Amino acid sequence: MSEAVLEPVGAAGVVNDFARDKQVFGVPWGKAMMWIFLLSDTFIFSCFLVGYMSVRIATTDPWPNPSEVFALSFGGDPIPLILIAIMTFILITSSGTMALAVNMGYRRNRKATFWLMVATAALGATFVGMQAFEWTKLIVDEGVRPWYNPMGAAQFGSSFFMITGFHGMHVSAGVIYLLVIANRVRNGFYEKRGGKYEIVEIAGLYWHFVDLVWVFIFALFYLW
Amino acid sequence: MASAEGQQHPLKIYYIMWVALFVLSGFSYASDFMEHGALRTSVILLLMFLKAAGIVFIFMHMGWERLALKVAILGPPVAIMVLIWLMSYEGFYVEDTRIENYGPSTFEPQAVPHH
Repeated sequence: MSEAVLEPVGAAGVVNDFARDKQVFGVPWGKAMMWIFLLSDTFIFSCFLVGYMSVRIATTDPWPNPSEVFALSFGGDPIPLILIAIMTFILITSSGTMALAVNMGYRRNRKATFWLMVATAALGATFVGMQAFEWTKLIVDEGVRPWYNPMGAAQFGSSFFMITGFHGMHVSAGVIYLLVIANRVRNGFYEKRGGKYEIVEIAGLYWHFVDLVWVFIFALFYLW
Repeated sequence: MASAEGQQHPLKIYYIMWVALFVLSGFSYASDFMEHGALRTSVILLLMFLKAAGIVFIFMHMGWERLALKVAILGPPVAIMVLIWLMSYEGFYVEDTRIENYGPSTFEPQAVPHH
């Protein structure tokens, strides 16, 4: 108790954490490793987005208007960007269910954790399905290719397929990851290992990161 | 504060964050109907950073972690600002040389087909 009071705070605390020859971050090693993986992933997505910025600045051809390219018509006039808006809300919903799953995991409520993780994975799969629909519409109906599109600069297609494809791949991997962990929560795998459910939080970190990347893609590619 | 038992917080925090994300995303979508310009760009970026901060600090629990972890994970991405500056500088230079050598774009964009 007195030790906690004496612990240095602020910058001195950081120095102390790194210098005391113990685990630095005070978190389970799996969580520290996931954070470091996500940091590296941040740089990968940043490189894609900066590359997109660079080619968009450098091209002399007009940039296609995403608001019109991603518009969708339900019988009437096309509504701008509506499919992307729905996909965004699906991903946010899945982030919420994931946050609740993590909380229920720490409460050792296995049933609720399992179903919330399954719901998260189902929403993620829905997102990927809608993305497949979006890609099909773009390729088949609008003639967008990585090297050409009739609406403007060719770089639009290449950066779009690269960035959203890599993000969609992350979502797909996340769906599989969540289902594997959810199944282990259900069948009591972690009960045999001391009943620790930090693994749900670690899987949650990955899932929230996928949502985080979408926030940046939504703002920088679809809205800019 | 984080304990040995992990990140255990009242559910209310998550519900508030969840609703906030919905509202902010609603504003993001609404910004698509704004006129293109500095104001629109600022709104887009502001909403983006607010949502990102909410996800990282509340949903990913970074707000409750030790400062050592915050510094180690959130510090390095700041370097990306340098890359953004370099690449935008380069991008404008490439655009200038293209116009100088090849002239302005002759591309005739077609309207987006809707079915």
